[in-house]
Amino acid sequence: MQTAILGGKTLALDADGNLADRKEWNEEVAREIAATEGIAELTPQHWAVINFMRSVFEKEGDSPSIRRLTKESGVDTKTLYQLFPKGPAKKAARIAGLPKPKGCI
Amino acid sequence: MRHMLILGGGTAGTIMANKLARALDERDWRITVVDGKEEHYYQPGFLFVPFDIYRMRDLVRPRRQYLPGRVRFILSSIDHIDAGKKKVVLANGEALRYDCLIIGTGADIHPEQTEGLLDEGWGRSKFDFYTPLGAERLARFLKTWQGGRLVLSIAEMPIKCPVAPLEFLFLADAYFTERGMRDKVDIHLVTPLSGAFTKPTSSRVLGEFLERKGISVTPDFGLARVDNDEKKLVAWDDSEVKYDLLVSIPTNMGDPAIARSGIGNELNFVPTNRQTLSAEGLEDVFVIGDATNLPASKAGSVAHFESEILFEKIMEHIEGRAPRAQFDGHANCFIESGYGKGMLIDFNYETEPLPGAFPLPGVGPFKLLGESAINHYGKLMFRWVYWNLLLRGVELPIANEMLMAGKQVV
Ligand SMILES: Cc1cc2nc3c(=O)[nH]c(=O)nc-3n(C[C@H](O)[C@H](O)[C@H](O)COP(=O)(O)OP(=O)(O)OC[C@H]3O[C@@H](n4cnc5c(N)ncnc54)[C@H](O)[C@@H]3O)c2cc1C
Repeated sequence: MQTAILGGKTLALDADGNLADRKEWNEEVAREIAATEGIAELTPQHWAVINFMRSVFEKEGDSPSIRRLTKESGVDTKTLYQLFPKGPAKKAARIAGLPKPKGCI
Repeated sequence: MRHMLILGGGTAGTIMANKLARALDERDWRITVVDGKEEHYYQPGFLFVPFDIYRMRDLVRPRRQYLPGRVRFILSSIDHIDAGKKKVVLANGEALRYDCLIIGTGADIHPEQTEGLLDEGWGRSKFDFYTPLGAERLARFLKTWQGGRLVLSIAEMPIKCPVAPLEFLFLADAYFTERGMRDKVDIHLVTPLSGAFTKPTSSRVLGEFLERKGISVTPDFGLARVDNDEKKLVAWDDSEVKYDLLVSIPTNMGDPAIARSGIGNELNFVPTNRQTLSAEGLEDVFVIGDATNLPASKAGSVAHFESEILFEKIMEHIEGRAPRAQFDGHANCFIESGYGKGMLIDFNYETEPLPGAFPLPGVGPFKLLGESAINHYGKLMFRWVYWNLLLRGVELPIANEMLMAGKQVV
C-alpha cells in the first residue's frame, strides 16, 4: 500500500494515489496535496469547488463529473481547468480527500 | 391483470423480456416492450465495419424476432415517464399504465455537445464508429485514404464499451500494416483519462501495448472544441492536437426521454441503486444496461450480468420475498488487439482487471489481460452467443459474480 506524509502524519493512499480514508482529511492536508499537484495556493474559488465535491460525495457516495461541476458549482469549465489543470474532476477529488470519481469507467 | 412494461428492446430489454416471459404467469401478467426502431443491431460488431471485417448487413436482425410470442411489441418513440402516476406516454400521446417498469433505453452518442464537432467535415474528415451510419461512412473513407495523421478522440467519459477505442487503434495498426501503408499513417489517441484505460493495472498493460504498436497518446486532454479551419482539437487549457482524419467518440448520453421525464443526471443517465438496480426515489421502477448511472462499464456483458440480478430482484419484489440477490458490478470484455489476437478483462465495482486465466483458474482457455489467438476467437464467437444465447436470457457458461480464482494479484 502506498502512503504519503500529509499534515504531519503518514496516511494510506488507494491504488489511484488518493487518500484511502477520507476522515483523515483536513484543510492542511488539502493544501499539501494541492502543492504536490502543482497548485501553490488554494483560492476561495478552489475551496468552493472542493467543498461542493465533498458535499456531493457525502450525499451520493461518488464525486461529481466535470459536466456536473460546471452545471452546479457555479464555476465554468474553462475556469475549472485553470484552477485544477489537466483533470479538474480527478484533481479536485484528490485534493478534497475523495476517491477518483467513478463516473469515468 | 398486472402490467410489466419494458422501455427499450435492445440488449437489456430483450434479455429481460425473455426471462420474465418464462417466469411470470400469463393469467396475472401482461408484458410489453416499447422501442422506437424496428432493427436490432449487434453493436459490438460496429468496431469491425470500418476495417471491412464485418458488413453492417451482417449485424442487424428484426427486433421482434428476439422477443417471445406472448410479449406485446410496440414500435413507437417514448415521450416521457410519469413515475408519479405510474404511466409512460408515447410520442403519439398514448399512455401506458404499469405496475412494474424496467428502463432499458441505453445510451447514444451526442456530437452536438462539442463545439465544432458536427459542423463542416462530419462524415468527410470527421467520423464516429458508434452508429451504423458512422461506421459505414468510415469504412468507405478508409478504402481510398492515402494516409496522414489519424487521431482517435474521446470527448468525455463515461462511454459505451470503454475498451472499444483501444481496439479500434489496434485494428487500425493491423489494417494499415496489411495494406503496406503503416509508415504513411501516424496513429494517435487523445483521451481525457490519465492513461490508456481507467483502472491502474490494465491502464499500464494496455499503455505498453499501444507503445509497442507505435501508437502515441495524449492523456488528460479535456476536449473543448474542434477547429475545422485548422483541423485541430483544442482543449480547455488551450493545448492543441492536429489531425487529418478524426475518429471521434463523442459524448455518450442517456435518451432525451429520460431528460423529459425529469429523472436523469447531467448526462441523462438514471440514478440507480448499485446493488438492487431500482431507480433511486421511484417506486416500482428498475433500470438496466447503459441507461443506469452505475460505476460499471456500459457493456452488453454487464447488461447480461445485471439481468440475472434484476430478474431475481423483480421476482422478490413481486412475490414479496426478502431481498437476497445483489449486483457486484461484474464486467467482462474481449479486447480485439489485431493480427488475429485478442485480450480479455474481467472486473467489478471493487476489483480492477488483473492478469490470469478465465473462466477456469489456471486453465483458461482465455487469457486475462494478455494477448492470445483464442481470445480473438472468443470475440468473434460472441456474435453467435449474442443472438443465440445472450438475448434469449439463458444461462451462459460464466459465473454471474466475479471470482478471484484464476486472477494474479499484482
Ligand atoms: C462500437 C461498440 C462496440 C461495443 N463492443 C462491445 C463489446 O465488445 N462487448 C460488450 O459487452 N459490449 C459492447 N458494446 C456495448 C453494448 O452494445 C451495449 O452496452 C449494450 O447494447 C447495452 O444494452 P442496452 O439494452 O442498455 O442498450 P441498447 O442495446 O442500446 O438498447 C436501447 C434501446 O432503447 C431504444 N430507445 C431508447 N430511447 C428510446 C425512446 N425514447 N423511444 C423508443 N425507444 C428508445 C433504442 O432504440 C434501443 O433499441 C459496444 C458498443 C459499441 C457502440
